[in-house]
Amino acid sequence: MASTGKNLIYRHRLPTRLWHWLNAVCLYVLFTSGLGIFNAHPRLYWGEYGANFDPSWFAPGRFPGWLTLPEHYDLAMSRHWHLFTAPIFAFSLLAYMLWSLFGGHFRRDLAIGRREFTIAHIWHDLKEHARLRLPKGEAATRYNLLQKIAYSKLLFLFLPVLILTGLAMSPGMDAAWPWLTQMWGGRQSARSIHFIAAWATAIFFLVHIAMVMLAGPLNEVRSMITGWFIVPQEKAGKMMDPPDEEGEA
Amino acid sequence: MSIIMTRRSLVAGLGVSAAGLLAGCDRLAEHDAVREALFSAENFHEWAQRSLMDRNTLAREYRPDQISPFFRSNGTRNPNTESYKALWRGGFADWRLKVDGMVARPLSISLPQLMALPAREQITRHDCVEGWSAIGKWRGVPLAAILRQAGLSSNARYLVFHCADKYRGTVPYYESIDLVDALHPQTMLAYALNDAPLKISNGAPLRLRVERQLGYKHAKYLMRIEAVSDLANIYGGKGGYWEDRAGYDWYAGI
Repeated sequence: MASTGKNLIYRHRLPTRLWHWLNAVCLYVLFTSGLGIFNAHPRLYWGEYGANFDPSWFAPGRFPGWLTLPEHYDLAMSRHWHLFTAPIFAFSLLAYMLWSLFGGHFRRDLAIGRREFTIAHIWHDLKEHARLRLPKGEAATRYNLLQKIAYSKLLFLFLPVLILTGLAMSPGMDAAWPWLTQMWGGRQSARSIHFIAAWATAIFFLVHIAMVMLAGPLNEVRSMITGWFIVPQEKAGKMMDPPDEEGEA
Repeated sequence: MSIIMTRRSLVAGLGVSAAGLLAGCDRLAEHDAVREALFSAENFHEWAQRSLMDRNTLAREYRPDQISPFFRSNGTRNPNTESYKALWRGGFADWRLKVDGMVARPLSISLPQLMALPAREQITRHDCVEGWSAIGKWRGVPLAAILRQAGLSSNARYLVFHCADKYRGTVPYYESIDLVDALHPQTMLAYALNDAPLKISNGAPLRLRVERQLGYKHAKYLMRIEAVSDLANIYGGKGGYWEDRAGYDWYAGI
């Protein structure tokens, strides 16, 4: 990460910034339209088949209109939003994954070193997060351990699982690639896992927003737009420093 | 203090903008250009899926022990029209399947005649657009065999399936498929489900099976198959009851 002056660093490169915002819009549309689709049959099953007379493991009823796209029940429109956005989401994720793996982003910023991955280190990071004490100074110039785990899990687990379980529900894809549905244990299992992964992603989003709020929202959002990040400075004897950037913005 | 205020207002702002975004998306979708863009994804999915498989690639078939204990029905569960009730009371002896339109030899086939033709059996999974699935064993006549008998014109591009039911009592149900699916080995006119004649709720006396597509394509209560070159002049022009009424995709492979 390039450094100019004493505390301004170039933190996010252009592909990261572009993908981040495109992905944010996609996930928003996919999650809300997905809940709209779920409302057509708000019951989940395991296995290949599952309908009203079969035992369901989860039947929460319909989600309210303020969470669904469109606001009123309209399965066709929810599907149009969902199926229009899904390929954009999937191919942009694929491109970003390839760029991360081959462009050095993963190795430099996300990979967890052997020395980093110790019980003592994990425990330290957990304690610091529980006290809402976020890294300052030099430590704030890179992602910490919990951040790396959270981002990697989203990028290489939750999001790919969402795409593969989504495709597994399609009867056309099931004919073309039968292994895709079978690897989840059947179409209804794929639908259940799709639902779980969607909510796991939603929980990631909420924690992500909370951490951005704690870390200094203006600095964080600005760095994801322009790439430039002001490193919060260490001040002795304070639990939580007011982020320096608030006065400048 | 000022920071806390900033954060609080940011959180509030986030909540308001999330709700605003949804309303914004709804308003966006009212524009014709946006609707057209959203609806055009169907073409991408049709192209992608058909590129990934051969036109004769089979939908997965299951073992008898994987059959759903109960095969649920959906949409019209009983057409309940006077003419349908009369057909049912007569054990469908007076029922005829008409095959017409762009064919060399229009047909009028009775149920015993259909059952005398070489049959196919398949245990497949029925995937509803709503999300549920049911596995059942179907017995019927491959549509391709009927089309051969009728002598399909080389100008025909679609088959329209006219049904006996008027869903919610107003417009007749209908569906359509193109020749890729019409000539597919698993596409059949089914008269039996799980070794019993079709029940009224499942489409008696005859229904379509298009195994690589969603349930609403599998028209029930078949009365007539019409070969056409274009769907524009059939009912609402979108190729099916739900396509016309609610904007469902005509290609329902996803």
